[in-house]
Amino acid sequence: MSELLGHYNYWIVIVLMMTGFYIVIARPNLIKKVIGLFIFQTSVFIFFISIAKVEGGTAPIIEEGISVYSNPLPHVLILTAIVVGLATTALGLALVVRIREAYGTINEDDIHVQDEER
Amino acid sequence: MDMVLAVLSWSCLLGGAIFLLIGALGVLRFPDFYTRLHAVSVCDTLGAGLVLAGLMLQGGFSLVTVKLLLMFYFMMFTGPTAVHALAQAAMQGKLQAVVDEHEPE
Amino acid sequence: MENLINDVLLGLLMITGFAIVRMKSLLGVTMLTSIYSLLSASLFVVLDAVDVALTEAAIGAGIATVLMVATVALTTDEEKVPRHTPLLPLLVVMATGAALIYGTLDMPHHGDPLAPAHRYVADSYLHDSPVEIGVPNVVTSVLASYRGYDTLGEVTVIFTAAAGVLALLGYRTRGRNIEAAGIRKQVVLRVIAKLFFPLILLFALYVQFHGDYGPGGGFQAGVIFATGFILYALAFGLGTAQRLIPSQLLRILAAAGVLIYAAVGLESMLLGGKFLEYRVLADDPIAGQHLGILLIELGVGITVASVMLIIYYGFVSRRH
Repeated sequence: MSELLGHYNYWIVIVLMMTGFYIVIARPNLIKKVIGLFIFQTSVFIFFISIAKVEGGTAPIIEEGISVYSNPLPHVLILTAIVVGLATTALGLALVVRIREAYGTINEDDIHVQDEER
Repeated sequence: MDMVLAVLSWSCLLGGAIFLLIGALGVLRFPDFYTRLHAVSVCDTLGAGLVLAGLMLQGGFSLVTVKLLLMFYFMMFTGPTAVHALAQAAMQGKLQAVVDEHEPE
Repeated sequence: MENLINDVLLGLLMITGFAIVRMKSLLGVTMLTSIYSLLSASLFVVLDAVDVALTEAAIGAGIATVLMVATVALTTDEEKVPRHTPLLPLLVVMATGAALIYGTLDMPHHGDPLAPAHRYVADSYLHDSPVEIGVPNVVTSVLASYRGYDTLGEVTVIFTAAAGVLALLGYRTRGRNIEAAGIRKQVVLRVIAKLFFPLILLFALYVQFHGDYGPGGGFQAGVIFATGFILYALAFGLGTAQRLIPSQLLRILAAAGVLIYAAVGLESMLLGGKFLEYRVLADDPIAGQHLGILLIELGVGITVASVMLIIYYGFVSRRH
């Protein structure tokens, strides 16, 4: 039983990841797509941080009398990834704003129709 | 002494949790925006305040307690401000409150 | 107990995720995304990643939400019903998810101290950092010193993203004082915003310079700085905020931060070390490491704060 439950965290993360993925591929609204990507990337963050956890460990700030720490390396990777992730999300949202100004809509289906009419 | 502190802090924590639960129930069950805000403000001040007080009692005289006190101080400002701003925004947006028409005679 | 909190938070994350799929109002979806970020930040605390949690709380629940609300305000709040049935996407998602779950079965258990991820360099970082760098927060020493070159790349990416947003949206350097009429009546909000604005900046400075000893550093501090100014701009209008910190200054600062970072690297080369080898910056290697980390974290903080503000100004000064 514990053999299976040991991966429980990862499974939930995969469900979250697939939720974001589903929004990206199934919803025509561009803002919703960006939010789907945001959810996807946050779930990747959770995945990395879950890997970094060591049973019985504490935050990797060296202190007297503590010997078990969680792995600091994924923390570093994700710390910078969050800020970069926001910067790229902002770029995506800026593109959405410009698409709205050019097409008058942010619905992917409507944009395709307009493109075919041209 | 330790016993008294433990009992006090746990009753604070439990009380805070109960208030948070009441607030959450209120948000779900109340009929319109304004009454829901009323429920939320209970969460912010009493619920979070009691939980913080309980944690302070657990922390004793240490740096942690000072940080918790600061958090408490900020919560007392930000919570009511946020609720007030939301209510005022709703008023400006001309959101009507749900009023019970059948007044008792 | 810790596991219980972990499980409850994961459950709440799942519920929020499904609610985001189902909800039609984009403004509501934005708020749910903010909740999602805050929940994941709490989860990071439970999983011992305090530095990451600080960043996620300020970014996901703070700045990302403001940007998404700004985008919704510039476009539309309604989501139209999709034309085709979601059957095919659902199948694709199910298949991918099943494959990924099958893949996890080979992974070591959650929290297993013998997992390969903890065996490779992590051990040496934890072991050597107090001796070589002399900084208690290992995340800071890995970020700024062991992997300083990596971080320089990340800062450059952030800078590039700001340039991209500027190219797409642009902003008037001297805009009208855009201030919704409604905000003038929010007296309580404005007083509290004014009261808290200096405190937020003070906290940002604490996070910036205490990052060697506790959770914190340039990325977190930069983001907190930006949220302070965004709060000010929200309460008093964009024009007032631009008088306080003009757009031209922000562009210079965003570049200056990256340059400070790179200059520290070049300086250590001039002093006979390798690129970003801080040991040579002072007579004592540990003092040199401290100085180097302080300087590059300062560069990171300046760039991150000004990039976030550039992006915010870009979105808000755009009118349709």
